[in-house]
Amino acid sequence: MTSENKSQLSLDAKKRLLREMLFARRFEERCYEAYVERKIGGFLHLYPGEEACAHGVLEAARVGHDYVITSYRDHVHALKSGVDAKAVMAELFGKVTGTCKGLGGSMHIFGVANRFMGGYALVGGPFPLAAGIAKGIQMQGGDEICICFLGDAANNQGTFHESLNMAKIWNLPVLYVCENNLYGIGTRIDRSTAVIDQYKRVSGYNIPARQVDGQDVEVVYEAAREAIDHVRNGNGPYFLELMTYRYRGHSMSDSNAYRTKEEERMWSKRDPVIMLRDRLIEEGAITDDDYKAMDTGILDEIENEIIRFAEESPEPPLELLDKYVLAENDPWVHGGPK
Amino acid sequence: MAEMMYWEAIRRAHDEEMARDPLVICMGEDIGVAGGTYKATKGLYEKYGPERVIDTPISENGYTGLGIGASFLGVRPIIEIMSVNFAWLATDQIVNTAAKVRYMSGGQLEAPIVVRSPGGTAHQLGAQHSARMEKVFMGIAGLRVVTPSNPRQAYGLLKSAVRCNDPVFINEHELMYNMKGEVPDEEYFHPLEGSEVVRSGRDVTLFGYNISVHWALAAADRLAREHGIEAEVVDLYALKPLDRDGIRDSVSRTHRAVIVEEAEPAVGVGSEVMAIINEECFYELDAPPVRVSARDVPIPYNHRLEKAAIPNPDEVVDAVLRMFGKK
Repeated sequence: MTSENKSQLSLDAKKRLLREMLFARRFEERCYEAYVERKIGGFLHLYPGEEACAHGVLEAARVGHDYVITSYRDHVHALKSGVDAKAVMAELFGKVTGTCKGLGGSMHIFGVANRFMGGYALVGGPFPLAAGIAKGIQMQGGDEICICFLGDAANNQGTFHESLNMAKIWNLPVLYVCENNLYGIGTRIDRSTAVIDQYKRVSGYNIPARQVDGQDVEVVYEAAREAIDHVRNGNGPYFLELMTYRYRGHSMSDSNAYRTKEEERMWSKRDPVIMLRDRLIEEGAITDDDYKAMDTGILDEIENEIIRFAEESPEPPLELLDKYVLAENDPWVHGGPK
Repeated sequence: MAEMMYWEAIRRAHDEEMARDPLVICMGEDIGVAGGTYKATKGLYEKYGPERVIDTPISENGYTGLGIGASFLGVRPIIEIMSVNFAWLATDQIVNTAAKVRYMSGGQLEAPIVVRSPGGTAHQLGAQHSARMEKVFMGIAGLRVVTPSNPRQAYGLLKSAVRCNDPVFINEHELMYNMKGEVPDEEYFHPLEGSEVVRSGRDVTLFGYNISVHWALAAADRLAREHGIEAEVVDLYALKPLDRDGIRDSVSRTHRAVIVEEAEPAVGVGSEVMAIINEECFYELDAPPVRVSARDVPIPYNHRLEKAAIPNPDEVVDAVLRMFGKK
């Protein structure tokens, strides 16, 4: 099957997606290095291997119009939502120019101006928040939807069941995207979860659900288009499961010793960036040299613009320490406006 | 100034705020068609409809999180958790999301929700329906905690909490919904910070909040009548933040302090007020401050044991008499 009939994406769109996905890959790899160099602190959860998920789904969404919310593995969802890569990296470096002024960190990237409603670090925490955002949309009559990206292991939290149930009974415009990378931290899914195919768990809530290949961005895009149409047309929630794999451990503190080399080799043959690259070369849309030049350009941008910006940005001032704890000068604290 | 019951005052605040702003909603178990376990939302379902008066499934963490998410888009949810014992299940969303989202987003998002819930020991409800959770929430940065001791406060605190941009936990009491009291006829917004001197006295300050204000007042009457001791009673309706100035001012007048709390003593209102007295006005003291707290036990079912587990006015009187060397 050639890509022409695999999806409705134009060649230009596919070339752009290739660049975006390669950028996301290189961005995350550079985060890894910066973490080793101790420029980035805390916990760092990286996305390589899963790029087709965020890119395929959000390519089908109205970025900046629809609301996006996710977990702590959030850098790439922010980037694809239009959040400035320099501000994301500066946040990771803990700088005041970061998305959250250095108060959030890797697990809490926010870009509310782009309707990227943030990364949250309690596994399963965003399930009800997404339903609530959808309730807010519904009450105000907009045609936005809320898209919630979470991993398979989040589905073992009560919030998964509570939120699917509420989303269905109130017919909320929310798309739950399950990035099934087969591991919950370091525990393989068949050891932690009674049902490996996560979409099957959703049938208990009478919500349409589907599982597709999460490594092929065109497949993801097509499935997401259908799902988003369903939600946007007032038909209530939808659950889309994307089968994928993360190359690195759960976080940087993870030795990644629980997986076999054979398994890793198998998945690396289905690398989402390489698959799209090879398809475009095969179709004659780009050459290998084009790809290499693209890669060089990306590496240059990351090093000379993004990393430099993060390095050179100032630390947050100490006055920021207690600035956002409570609302500033809220008159209702003191009995209302005088 | 009309008299109304505590539940009627809460219901009135809901009704006025919902009439004013179509984005004010209320949600919780049995609050709609059934009108609310304590009638705090009676008649609102018929008036505002199921989209705004939402009967939720029994999923406390889920619907609290849903309310928070909606608040990101400008909705002002008043979330009723039927009993604070069930609020333990929602602590994840209240603490991890509502209290922290403004901070960790660098000021981009906030969660202006109100969570109302009755706590306290009522009538033989047993260990899992008699929790007092104010001490949990007052320890969390980013939350406000208030606790009305009368219908006027119940009305005015909810009015202010709905409009405030911070998440506010309102700690009500199962035994107080039928209490009568005066509520202003005109709209009234009670401050979310501060304290109220509800009885003046020169000899000792009795600090209380919510139901324990009434135990303190009963004790103060007896102390005056039977022992000639004039107690000041301070109502700490705001528990987070606590009113440092009010605590200091009163203790600086009376030089003695007793804190009356319905909860177990450890890590609670009493220990926190004592710490503030230490920090603010230690040298004003004529005697070490004392707590009158619940016993450090899960609340028992048996009526006699249940009563023995929580403080009463007599215990407050005894504590004051001991402080004055009269017992």
